[in-house]
Amino acid sequence: MADVRRVISVLVANESSVLSRISGLFAGRGYNIETLTVAPVPDSDLSHVTIATNGNERVLEQITKQLHKLVPVYKVIEHEEMVEKEMVLVKFPIEESLADIEALCGAYNGGIVNVGVSMFIGMVADEPCRVKHFIEAAGRYNPMEIVRGGVVAIER
Amino acid sequence: MKMNGAQMVCEALIAEGVKTVFGYPGGAIMNVYDEIYKQDGFEHILNRHEQASVHAADGYARATGDVGVAMVTSGPGFTNAVTGLATAYMDSIPMVVISGQVPLSLIGTDGFQEIDAVGISRPCTKHNYLVRELSDLPRILKEAFHIARSGRPGPVLVDIPKDITAEFGDFVYPEEVKIASYKPTIKGNKRQIEKAIDAIVKAKKPLLYIGGGVVLSNASDLVRKIAEMGQIPAVETLMARGVMGHSNPLLQGMLGMHGNYSSNMAMSETDLIISLGARFDDRVTGKLSEFAKYADIIHVDIDPANIGKLVDVDYPIVGDVKEVLDKMIAGLEGRVKPERYSDWREVLERYDNLHPQSYVDTDDVIKPQWVIERMGELVGEQAIITSDVGQHQMWAAQHYPFDRPRQWINSGGLGTMGFGFPAALGAKKAFPDKTVINVTGDGSILMNVQELVTAAEYKIPVINVILNNHFLGMVRQWQTFFYEERYSETDLTFQPNYKALAEACHGIGYDVTTKAEFDAALKDAIEKDKVAFINVQVARFENVLPMVPAAGALYNMMLPKKGDSKKENSGKEAK
Repeated sequence: MADVRRVISVLVANESSVLSRISGLFAGRGYNIETLTVAPVPDSDLSHVTIATNGNERVLEQITKQLHKLVPVYKVIEHEEMVEKEMVLVKFPIEESLADIEALCGAYNGGIVNVGVSMFIGMVADEPCRVKHFIEAAGRYNPMEIVRGGVVAIER
Repeated sequence: MKMNGAQMVCEALIAEGVKTVFGYPGGAIMNVYDEIYKQDGFEHILNRHEQASVHAADGYARATGDVGVAMVTSGPGFTNAVTGLATAYMDSIPMVVISGQVPLSLIGTDGFQEIDAVGISRPCTKHNYLVRELSDLPRILKEAFHIARSGRPGPVLVDIPKDITAEFGDFVYPEEVKIASYKPTIKGNKRQIEKAIDAIVKAKKPLLYIGGGVVLSNASDLVRKIAEMGQIPAVETLMARGVMGHSNPLLQGMLGMHGNYSSNMAMSETDLIISLGARFDDRVTGKLSEFAKYADIIHVDIDPANIGKLVDVDYPIVGDVKEVLDKMIAGLEGRVKPERYSDWREVLERYDNLHPQSYVDTDDVIKPQWVIERMGELVGEQAIITSDVGQHQMWAAQHYPFDRPRQWINSGGLGTMGFGFPAALGAKKAFPDKTVINVTGDGSILMNVQELVTAAEYKIPVINVILNNHFLGMVRQWQTFFYEERYSETDLTFQPNYKALAEACHGIGYDVTTKAEFDAALKDAIEKDKVAFINVQVARFENVLPMVPAAGALYNMMLPKKGDSKKENSGKEAK
């Protein structure tokens, strides 16, 4: 069985140690985590955890089932038809071409979000593979720091 | 009613019908012990080690089916309890363990006897709680018992900071549990069950594969019924011994690494596995690619994660095995034809005659298998047998004539040495009128030997039969077979005087070197009604056979030598 990538959303009770239950489950059973993001669901006592993972079909099925067994887990959604976005912030030295980089960020649905005395910051939010391409392209402009966020996804 | 958190704990335990709590006090749990002193709703047994407290609560739970309860303090008290939690977790035993914790204000400061109990126990509990507010305590205790006993049972830890047990508040114990995110599937899917029924009717060589889930679900009667109505052969896992009853002709025996020949061959040749509360453990399946190659699989399990975990399943049914069997039996009525499987039964009978469960008995030295069989003859149905882990455990599982579920109590999943003696204390507390015998080895018994004192103090007269081969026998057996007889750290020739050790702790000891002495010792121990060590010198180099070498195919068994079986069909269920 070949490994495939999958994005899983988990709705959990927003209580202490719930994240460690999830990350501990992945660590203890040897599952991969590519990215993991957590945020409270507005107007509820739930949190939304988005996990990008990979594994063969048997492993992915186990991940879903084992997540579901955790007592604070309400719902596990394995995304198939989804909109998936990831964010990245990149810090450039002020000597680089602001115009070029603004155009680059614009090509990936982003822009310049902060300009300081010695640096400026570009931001892009796009699909994970496009974020990867953006980072490759930004490499030509001597980025000082790159910070990627995890994936968030929503079913279409 | 206003009361402090400690009193709430006691009131909750009483409301849950708890009769016996096993535990050990310490700083962070002292408030609760102060309330235990004042109440008379339940008895507290002071074990001499927290691990033993948890195993005793576990043994109590396995013997009764009720939730076992243990109580420990923070830090080392809790860490000593971890092995007990893991043991119960692996075998799905309902248990609530209450641990003290440092006061909330000290959490995270590396306080005295502080350890992250919830963090450590997360992978070895079904669920766990750190109580952060007194107002949550009644609800959490109620949920803990509910989670422990419902669905696939398991141990639940409730970690309570010391200031919470001191604080006063209103106590109302909830009538009901509301956990929106926790709803185990109990009833099996009707259409899936119908498909499974069709598969059974169409099969030529069906086989009931019975696991510990049947014991947990109290479904033994139904399993016997479905076996009987279709005359379907059955194999039991280590955890299911007693479900079919040893004299049932449909029972092939135990399967797996130390299963008997006909059981393992049945599993290798069946065309339809009817798996009931079993989980295809590696000690059962052997090499997966060679496992039951010709079979379709019906898998009934209350835990969906068990289904499809290791083998592909054709008829998955998530539900309580009791509920599912009820429907299955009704659907099979009039449709299942016992004569359809008669050739299959004949094949298995031939296999059993070819290689029955056997050993070579002798009068020169006591064979460990003889001890087990003799116990079966002398106390048989009326005893509860616990065991530690190793060769003695396998011999007990192979040779004791188990008649009913919950008669056989052992650590199957985790394989915890030191489990048997404290578990026996728990079983004996639950059933004081039954003879409770821990079958153990000279290795295992030392791992919770301090319980001699507990047993003597509380007059819990369990009998420990030590099959003493002066070896860490199972490891020695592997060294013989797979490590060219390099007996690295397994020689236990240096050992205590077990008789004197028992007597030093106010118990009674026997040294046994002949069969007659064993009979006399067991009889005397039962009559004296005191905690006992029966130290039986057994053949040093006896091996547990048959044996499927780890990662080998189930049908490739190392068998006892043929031809010199003086005593055939000895441990094997009579046909």
